[in-house]
Amino acid sequence: MSLQPSAISHVEGRGLPLRGDDIDTDRIMPARFLVAVSFEGLDRHLFEDDRAADPGHAFNTPRYAGASILIVNANFGCGSSREHAPQGLVRFGIRAVIGESFSDIFQGNASMLGLPCFMADRDAVDRLQTLVESTPAVAINADIASGEITAGSLRLAATLPPAVRDGFLSGQWNPTAMLLARFDEVRAVADRLPYIRGF
Amino acid sequence: MADTLFHKVWNAHTVRTLPSGQTQLFVGLHLVHEVTTPQAFDMMRQHGWRVAFPERTFATIDHIVPTSTQKRPFLDVMAEEMTTALERNCRDAGIRLWAPDDENQGIVHVIGPELGLTQPGMTIACGDSHTSTHGALGAIAFGIGTSQVRDVLTSQCLALDALKVRRVDINGRLNRGVYAKDVILTIIRRLGVDGGVGYAYEYGGTTLDAMTIDERMTICNMSIEGGARIGYVNPDDTTFAFLRGRTFAPAGEAFDRAVAWWRQMASDRNASYEDRVTFDASTIEPTVTWGINPGQSVAVSEPIEAAPDDEALAFMGFRRGARVLGTRIDVAFIGSCTNGRLSDLEEAARVVRGHHVAPHVKALIVPGSRAVSRAAEARGLHGVFIAAGFEWRGAGCSMCLGMNPDRLEGNQVSASSSNRNFKGRQGSPTGRTLLMSPAMVAAAAIAGEVVDVRDMLDAVPA
Repeated sequence: MSLQPSAISHVEGRGLPLRGDDIDTDRIMPARFLVAVSFEGLDRHLFEDDRAADPGHAFNTPRYAGASILIVNANFGCGSSREHAPQGLVRFGIRAVIGESFSDIFQGNASMLGLPCFMADRDAVDRLQTLVESTPAVAINADIASGEITAGSLRLAATLPPAVRDGFLSGQWNPTAMLLARFDEVRAVADRLPYIRGF
Repeated sequence: MADTLFHKVWNAHTVRTLPSGQTQLFVGLHLVHEVTTPQAFDMMRQHGWRVAFPERTFATIDHIVPTSTQKRPFLDVMAEEMTTALERNCRDAGIRLWAPDDENQGIVHVIGPELGLTQPGMTIACGDSHTSTHGALGAIAFGIGTSQVRDVLTSQCLALDALKVRRVDINGRLNRGVYAKDVILTIIRRLGVDGGVGYAYEYGGTTLDAMTIDERMTICNMSIEGGARIGYVNPDDTTFAFLRGRTFAPAGEAFDRAVAWWRQMASDRNASYEDRVTFDASTIEPTVTWGINPGQSVAVSEPIEAAPDDEALAFMGFRRGARVLGTRIDVAFIGSCTNGRLSDLEEAARVVRGHHVAPHVKALIVPGSRAVSRAAEARGLHGVFIAAGFEWRGAGCSMCLGMNPDRLEGNQVSASSSNRNFKGRQGSPTGRTLLMSPAMVAAAAIAGEVVDVRDMLDAVPA
């Protein structure tokens, strides 16, 4: 995982449609795989229990092998704040997620890893999922600046939170350096907070 | 100008507006545990970054600790490695850690308030989504991921977008047998599991005003289950009384000055909100979940609603229109950052006294912290539970989340006082969780099936 981010203007690849609302991070990355001191190998455990329960699960489907754009429905990534979920997706080769909506924590964690989560309306997402289900080889292009998603003859409008979009475009999606840039101002805030001064 | 606590706290902690338009927000209190931090410390080592404010970070071990014996080294070698990694990282950085054998150890969201670390007007971050719990004391507290833990350790700051604020009023008296857990399950059911995305929830109204801090913590804890990363209650006399005398709370005259500041940080009477919703407490009944997210619940007297999620019904083994009442359970779990505090154990004990756990039920009581455990033992509650056939365990996250030896097996059904009924959440991929209040769990443990706790309370003097 690079900590020296570079600008991301668009993501291109084949799609992986994963239908269902409220897919939580426990399902994306079951808790037992968090008993570890590194993120290595998490890609092997993505949706492990869902995949075992459903042979037809999108992540079991050979037609989608090598896909890099995950297409989901509403409230994807709800629940636990575990970064292990987007870490697993990125390590698996997912480079963008397109969905109806995302939990705030998941969206934030994904952005920190350079994984854009595009939001589109239910109908647009359904049309894209349907297209990929019938034509898995279709090339999808997701443009960061405009939010436009193209796939074959489909053209869909999607959005990213403005700060996330601008961060990807400028290459500043990992904020650590920015947060350290003016450390004197951080000290100044700490020094004027009553509970730090000791009331 | 009239403003909300959320905005007052946000403004007091704003370092600057970043070029992206996000706020660089100072984090007043950073809590860490063993699961979401080792990678953050590793990333810092790779870059040669140091912990900026080690005195503003506190650590404990909670998710992976076994609760049957807490002797070191842990039998699970990876759990032991995670524990030693946090011990080493904290020692190297000068961070205070309450290790598994320390008298202050416990679930991070239980010990923060217990020790008086959590205070009104603070920003609090922790690599755990239930950090919203601390909002019960009037803090702006939220969960973060590991890369953000790295940023807080490195800079004591985060880059964040401000949230909208929804005022959630709950008015009136709760009926007998109805608890804070039922209130928050009802709120999530109505507003949806994603209703709070983009919002902080400010809870208020006469029901909230009358609640203890423990009850407010149960409400704020599950804000995230409704999609709200932050939930809080304005600080009031109940809050100040709770904090007085706690280890890390200000003492003497400083406490009075603190109270003055805390009062000033509360939302103004005429503050405006992006949204408002109101609930009538008197209509809330003991509530149980039937599905695979915390919004899928019904009043215990009610059949499962008309248009439920087929995937959830199939997983849980319920039919459309069925009742959860009467569902046979295999496991009863009382504990977690939602309902593992002393008052939760007291309510459960009131139900349990004089009864015995059904023979086919494995029943666990897991105090949220060592301090809760000691206080319960001082009141003899452990004796009540043990006599009734419950297992009295050591403090930790236990069966809430399947990261330690306490797990469901196969497709067992669990009556649980925890916060999530997600597929696989309690450690078995096919395990089934019914969320409910600790008193309802206690009643289910005794009956061996889901019952209405009000029927049992009728036999107990008020």
